[in-house]
Amino acid sequence: MSGISRDEVANLARLARIEMSDAELDHLSGEMQVILGAVARVQEVAGADVPPTSHPIPVNNVVREDVVVPSLSPTDALSGAPASAEQRFKVPQILGEE
Amino acid sequence: MSIRNTAAQMSDALAKKEISAVELANQHYAQIEAVDKDVHAFLHLDKAGAIAQAESIDKKRAAGEKLSPLAGVPLALKDVLVQKGVPTTCGSKMLEGWRPPYDATVVTKLKDAGIVILGKTNMDEFAMGSSTENSAYGPTHNPWDLTRIPGGSGGGSSAALAAFEAPLAIGTDTGGSIRQPAAVTGTVGVKPTYGGVSRYGLVAFSSSLDQAGPCARTVLDTALLHQTIAGFDPKDSTSINHAVPDVVAAAKKKDVKGLRIGIVKQLAGEGYQKGVENKFNEAVAELVKLGAEIVEVSCPNFEYALAAYYLIAPSECSSNLARFDSMRFGLRVGDDGAKGAEEVMNLTRQAGFGREVKRRIILGTYALSSGYYDAYYGSAQKVRTLIKQDFDAAFEKCDVLVSPTAPTTAFKIGEKSNDPLAMYLNDIATIPVNMAGIGGMSLPCGLAEEDNLPVGFQIMSPAMKDDRMYLVGGALEAALLAKWGKPLLDFAPKLAGSK
Repeated sequence: MSGISRDEVANLARLARIEMSDAELDHLSGEMQVILGAVARVQEVAGADVPPTSHPIPVNNVVREDVVVPSLSPTDALSGAPASAEQRFKVPQILGEE
Repeated sequence: MSIRNTAAQMSDALAKKEISAVELANQHYAQIEAVDKDVHAFLHLDKAGAIAQAESIDKKRAAGEKLSPLAGVPLALKDVLVQKGVPTTCGSKMLEGWRPPYDATVVTKLKDAGIVILGKTNMDEFAMGSSTENSAYGPTHNPWDLTRIPGGSGGGSSAALAAFEAPLAIGTDTGGSIRQPAAVTGTVGVKPTYGGVSRYGLVAFSSSLDQAGPCARTVLDTALLHQTIAGFDPKDSTSINHAVPDVVAAAKKKDVKGLRIGIVKQLAGEGYQKGVENKFNEAVAELVKLGAEIVEVSCPNFEYALAAYYLIAPSECSSNLARFDSMRFGLRVGDDGAKGAEEVMNLTRQAGFGREVKRRIILGTYALSSGYYDAYYGSAQKVRTLIKQDFDAAFEKCDVLVSPTAPTTAFKIGEKSNDPLAMYLNDIATIPVNMAGIGGMSLPCGLAEEDNLPVGFQIMSPAMKDDRMYLVGGALEAALLAKWGKPLLDFAPKLAGSK
């Protein structure tokens, strides 16, 4: 498995929506090389015949009866919002100018 | 009544009205006032809420109402569980000042049992770490030696117990965050079977591994708390709808005659401190004296557990932490009216997350990305299957498995903070339990001869057989207590100002 480049780390940061300074990218690409080198060991025993496990216990979809139960009031739901208006979360523009 | 008593003793004294819940809470706040400037176990104290709860318990007791065994006993809550109206930060700047609008199921159960929640304890940011150094609010210090780490991620909870700031605490364990802190502070901690305690209201790090659990200074106290918080919860889709094993009865039984105890060959040797191995072996000898049968078992795939964990946990974390997007709650940075939502999101996540959290989000994003998924995340999931198979085979030969909890005693603050891989090695003996979703306990088994610091003894039980950990833990604790003549924490140096 080849190493990971600084450009790849920059792309991952973009995908993960984390702004990173040049210094952060330099530091993290070095660390990622080392960590990936260590965790790549899993490939040694992960044969095609081994089934994957995503969860320690079988997971089923859980549904409840369709009845109305108390839930958060709009005031409570908005209590931690960085900004709100008219009982809604107020967010920065999402479509750009105009 | 002293703050050094056990929770069970405090419960008795409360029942006999030798002390009121308000007096008991105030005694603990006085201790916190005296020592927490040095220990820094707490991020937030909820004195008003705690005293109100204590007053209500005292009133109910005076009226002759039937109360739960732990009613009026104080507790420290890890800051990763939401408590309505009380700041919950997860050790992160991302949630500074946030007050959740609801209670976690664990918190509801604590309140219903009449337990008095003193405050929220420090932790590695979003539970990622083994030393509490990754907290955005500064590290917690180990009460045995203030220059050393109290373990992590739940170092605030373990330090609060060891410093007698609370007799009970709640932790969460994704790769060892209850057990390793217990080990390095000479306290007891249990990671219940996955699904045994509700995760509703536990801020998610790695959903298939996270598990809340009880922490205390004795096995019985841990069992009493376990019984209080465990049980089916329809609000958690991975909650197990199955009766909780009687862990309190098991903790009291103190009989391991004929029990088959397996020693995992792979959880010893290279990387394990000599004094840790010695204390572990001495504890095993005590169990033999008590009539237990020792079996050596081999779990060859445990060698790959750490690597698999550091793919699975970051992968799940990269997805879970996407919710911190600055839109609905928490920090928002750079919203000047000109910047778009995505730019604000990027700036907020840069400012709000610490180094370890960013490292894991990036690692997880890589492991899940197209082209690398099979090689990394997919392979790690296969290793998870192999680890489960190793446990299944081992539990055919024995009733519980044992190992040292952590490879070393508490290290110095700062010693490993610039070497992520060295830090990750702390969890080498605790991670397999999370991967398989089974139960794990750590209890103190002595002081390592090199440094006079506590060593943890780990007991692992099959899923939903949590009572077996308490059976072995209770018996071993009693034998060691007889040998030492006093609890291990009585050997710790007295903190300045301690009551």
